[in-house]
Amino acid sequence: MAHRIEVAVPPGQPDAAGASLRRQIEEDLHIHASDVRVIRVYTIDAPLSADELERARTELFTDPIIEQSAIEHSLARDFDFLVEVGFRPGVTDNVGKSAKQGIEDLLGRSLAYEHKVYTSARFAFSGITRDEAERVAKGVLANNLIQQWALKSREEMAAAGDAPLLGLPIVTDTSDATVHEIDLEIDDDALMRLSREGVLALELAEMHAIQGYYRDAAVRAAREALGLPPRPTDIELEILAQTWSEHCKHKIFAATIDYTDADGKTQVIEGLFKQYVKKTTDVVAERVDWLVSVFHDNAGLIRFDDEHLFALKAETHNSPSALDPYGGAMTGIVGVNRDILGAGMGCRCIFNTDVFCFASPFFEGDIPERLLHPRRVLRGVHRGVMDGGNQSGIPDINGAFVFHERFLGKPLVFCGTGGIIPAVINGQPSHEKAARPGDRIVMTGGRIGKDGIHGATFSSEELHEGSPATAVQIGDPITQRNMGEFLLEARDLGLFSCITDNGAGGLSSSIGEMAKDPGGAELHLDRAPLKYPGLAPWEIFLSEAQERMSVAVPPEKLDAFMELAARREVEATDLGEFTDTGRLDCYYQGKLIGSLSMEFLHEGVPKMRLRAELSPQDPQPEVIPQDSDLTQDLKAVLGALNVCSKENFVRMYDHEVRGASVLKQFQGAEEDGPGNAGVVRPVPGSKRGVAVGCGICPKYSDIDAYDMMACAVDEAVRNVVAVGGAIGTIAGLDNFCWPDPVESERTPDGAHKLAQLVRTCEALYDTCVAYDIPLISGKDSMKNDYKIGDTKISIPPTVLFTAAAVLEDAERVVSMDAKHAGDVVYVLGESRHELGGSEYLALKGQLGHSVPKVDTAMARPLYERLAAAIAEGLVASCHDCSDGGLAAALAESAFAGGVGMEIDCGPIALESPAATLFSESQSRFVVTTRPEQAAAFEAALQGSPCYRLGEVTQHPVLRIGANGAAWISADIHELKAAWQAPLNW
Amino acid sequence: MSKTVNALILTGFGINCNDETETAFRRAGADTEQVHLNDLAAAPERLQDFHIFAVPGGFSFGDDVASGRILANRLRYRLGGALLEFVRAGKLAIGICNGFQVLVKMGLLPMTEGEMRQEVTVSHNDSNRYEDRWVRLAVTPGTPCVWLKDIAALDAPVRHGEGKFVPRDAALLEHMKAHGLAALRYVTRDDQPAAGVYPTNPNGAVDDIAGICDPTGRIFGLMPHPEAYVDRTNHPQWTRRDLPEEGEGLRIFRNAVEYAAEHLA
Repeated sequence: MAHRIEVAVPPGQPDAAGASLRRQIEEDLHIHASDVRVIRVYTIDAPLSADELERARTELFTDPIIEQSAIEHSLARDFDFLVEVGFRPGVTDNVGKSAKQGIEDLLGRSLAYEHKVYTSARFAFSGITRDEAERVAKGVLANNLIQQWALKSREEMAAAGDAPLLGLPIVTDTSDATVHEIDLEIDDDALMRLSREGVLALELAEMHAIQGYYRDAAVRAAREALGLPPRPTDIELEILAQTWSEHCKHKIFAATIDYTDADGKTQVIEGLFKQYVKKTTDVVAERVDWLVSVFHDNAGLIRFDDEHLFALKAETHNSPSALDPYGGAMTGIVGVNRDILGAGMGCRCIFNTDVFCFASPFFEGDIPERLLHPRRVLRGVHRGVMDGGNQSGIPDINGAFVFHERFLGKPLVFCGTGGIIPAVINGQPSHEKAARPGDRIVMTGGRIGKDGIHGATFSSEELHEGSPATAVQIGDPITQRNMGEFLLEARDLGLFSCITDNGAGGLSSSIGEMAKDPGGAELHLDRAPLKYPGLAPWEIFLSEAQERMSVAVPPEKLDAFMELAARREVEATDLGEFTDTGRLDCYYQGKLIGSLSMEFLHEGVPKMRLRAELSPQDPQPEVIPQDSDLTQDLKAVLGALNVCSKENFVRMYDHEVRGASVLKQFQGAEEDGPGNAGVVRPVPGSKRGVAVGCGICPKYSDIDAYDMMACAVDEAVRNVVAVGGAIGTIAGLDNFCWPDPVESERTPDGAHKLAQLVRTCEALYDTCVAYDIPLISGKDSMKNDYKIGDTKISIPPTVLFTAAAVLEDAERVVSMDAKHAGDVVYVLGESRHELGGSEYLALKGQLGHSVPKVDTAMARPLYERLAAAIAEGLVASCHDCSDGGLAAALAESAFAGGVGMEIDCGPIALESPAATLFSESQSRFVVTTRPEQAAAFEAALQGSPCYRLGEVTQHPVLRIGANGAAWISADIHELKAAWQAPLNW
Repeated sequence: MSKTVNALILTGFGINCNDETETAFRRAGADTEQVHLNDLAAAPERLQDFHIFAVPGGFSFGDDVASGRILANRLRYRLGGALLEFVRAGKLAIGICNGFQVLVKMGLLPMTEGEMRQEVTVSHNDSNRYEDRWVRLAVTPGTPCVWLKDIAALDAPVRHGEGKFVPRDAALLEHMKAHGLAALRYVTRDDQPAAGVYPTNPNGAVDDIAGICDPTGRIFGLMPHPEAYVDRTNHPQWTRRDLPEEGEGLRIFRNAVEYAAEHLA
């Protein structure tokens, strides 16, 4: 029988969790509760004696100084309504898992796997109605996809006595372990129905290719010889669907594209990846000497110093985050951490970056079916990344929050991670790895459940009515951390020959990939450890249950590997072996249930041929109000969601665990000014550092996707250059998030969206080659649409560009805050009338058309000279000019420094003051220098646009004008308050 | 330093700050070894080979149930005797952040009665939020804490969601104050008492207490992270202030290593 232990702060004592929830429901739902108390509930489904249970209550669950607790007895007192929230069956319960370990520790014995601790929470509300309590339960406390809840009044609770309110979340729905055969000799409509209803996400041509494979006489003969039926088994079809998914195969980036540009000129593009992305790196590889491993591994690897390599990767986790923001985002961050752990022979994570795109949290319209309010999405995503990063001991050092109304359809959650690895381990180069025939296939980390089944194919579709709840998972950072530390230890002991992450597609993907080198694999799926019984073999193979890595262990090292795993309490299972048969063979209870040719699996997917045609866009008008109060405009721009301070949220991330922090997100006199790139020194005792910055500009996409991309690259580079990073040392990552660009009945404008993608790739190539930036890794997510009924929302085409530079001397970097009264203020770069897509025009309700253009020929020498000036110590502060334009950058620099500025824009004045102040022209910086260094600084910048605009003042007022006219005069504290207010919940 | 001081840095199960804690001890002159909890539990006698026992910061067991609780219990059940022997031999121990939570919850701090029994706690911040921010800390004059010798004040980051120090009762607090066991307090930038005001006191800690020691002064625990301030460039204001090359946090580790070299090695 299960036992319930309740734990709470005694009545009358402050309850921080309750008080915080009370504030949140007031902010989010405008519901005013007079009191909220939180009670933690542990339901122990294990055979414990009364004495053992009492020990667990007192020694484990209750803090003797500040808490009270009870067994089988409700602690709620003096409330009007009580809501209990617990997990649904099969959902990861991290606290429950740790609690079980805690009980085992105090018992001094292990409990059986099926004996568990389940956690839930009771929320006792006073001063609200039943209807309000229900709104709180649905809108804040519980996500129906993963949680169950119950609502009771005080009278109902009294009547129910101490009976539990929720059932135990034990998984009871089992799948049949039978392997089914699938009939593919059906018409095209039926094939597509099969694809869609089975969440296979395969196109007709792909279904035909699979049909053709099974019709092939040689394949039929081989299958007969193996004792397999002529028709595909369910596991085979599922493996093909995973391996061929857009998510895993990047089919759109590989497709042949017939492209018609805006002038009607046509060309055939033989793959965007090959023709633009890879070509960028090929070209730049001739000019830089630090590339080590690009594109083919889980992350890109470059040289950090003579003894170390640096790894970088970013991923998205959009679809899961739309359904369960907390679990989706947490899975995103711990997932990209595994990419780093699986890069080369296994890198140590040294930082995270997090970039989110949401609709406004102040959105007041109707929320379409199955979507969540952007405010809830923001809170959940943020909390997921916070818990995932903080618990994993990885500092968050850079990121952004980006807002656009069309992210209502799908939020974008980009998680990036940097890593480091000794260049040589046990005498071998650490970036080389390969499984060999005979190596054991070992899975380490968490167990397999139904969580995340079809994640890869699900994310290769738009969000629709049938999107599976099983796609949702919750990360378990502690299991992953134990596994990660164990694997790094095993790496240094030389216990494995290859390592990779189990991400999208689960084992089917990781083993399928690793089996390429040896040329085959033989797996016994019944050996895999399960979270609960009743998974079909194909489910075991495809499950994306988190916190797992696969390694190839030479047979003679297996005992040592397993022994170390046991000592570290990491579950490791020998699932079979790598072979050179040319086949991926899956067994279940000794019987072969699926066998696929490695060649067909990896090379058999037909190449898509797609049409791209740019639809001419009518330029949107731009009307600059003549009588606007520019000081008020500046405050409004500073308070725009894309500009305003995110400190409230970012402070909740650990910025400096690992003790290597050099530049943090917030800088200046009060440590609240917005930094540019983040900088760490990852190797103790070495001054070498890494600077990482990001650029993301979806607001320009609707005008021209080319400029969106060019601006994103430029913004990321500016961030890095602003702290002292040098051209020639910068590596790039491209993460594309697109609305479906394949023309179809569901996507009639697909040809235009694909043409936007072509434009974007052109810009990526042009800009990166101009700045000598090799692309070392990247990812694309191509189906970011929502469609239910007649409502379709497609995100604006978006690319996150991440730039990272190795710094020779991290002690040379500069921060963004103005330093001393009397310092000289400059703007570097050219200011033009480029208000299209700007924050200023958005405030005036316009998009405009004069989108910023990146002039790389001007910018590159400017960046080189600026980096040199920073290295020489000539720069007191440097701040990137981006969203909000020059005025926002000046204001941020001033209020971060706690100083004023006297600025005369005469040297750069455009025809309109608003354009001068708020135009978002690229490749610009606000720089301050000591007056005695001004001449040397100007000399260093000789040949590049460098305009002296004024000076820093002790008087804390920002005054901006031009040629005698006064435009703006504002106290910096007021400006800072305007900048901090919007998201300071 | 001629005499070798050995510091054990505990690892495993979500202890995260082991590398930088080791770096700090090394820079302070100690020989160090990172030892996994399970390896130590398998051979508790190994503990006596060391002069300093450090429980670094992190998220042991995910802070699940309560921060530090599960690790504290595991240490108590598997290594309690060895740890008591270790501290009774006059050796040094430190718990930082999560490590502090662990030492408090296993009853090794403040240990006013010489027995391992929990007397105080470290609980959820009043804000109910995890936060990373730098704070100013003042050392209580006259504290017996050997780790804080000759330090008046220092800067360091706090990075926690459960850092609110709460004593069992007023009498214990008075006892701790009287004996200098309330060793470290949050103060304003000009070294005035935080008086409970957020964010100077970032978590609502009773009497602004950020760190405590046992009556011998050899066992010390604190919420802020001195190991995260060993270089000038760790400080959030290093680009605008003249700061010494070496971070102020390192002095805490130097004090311990010097004490151990003099009295133990």
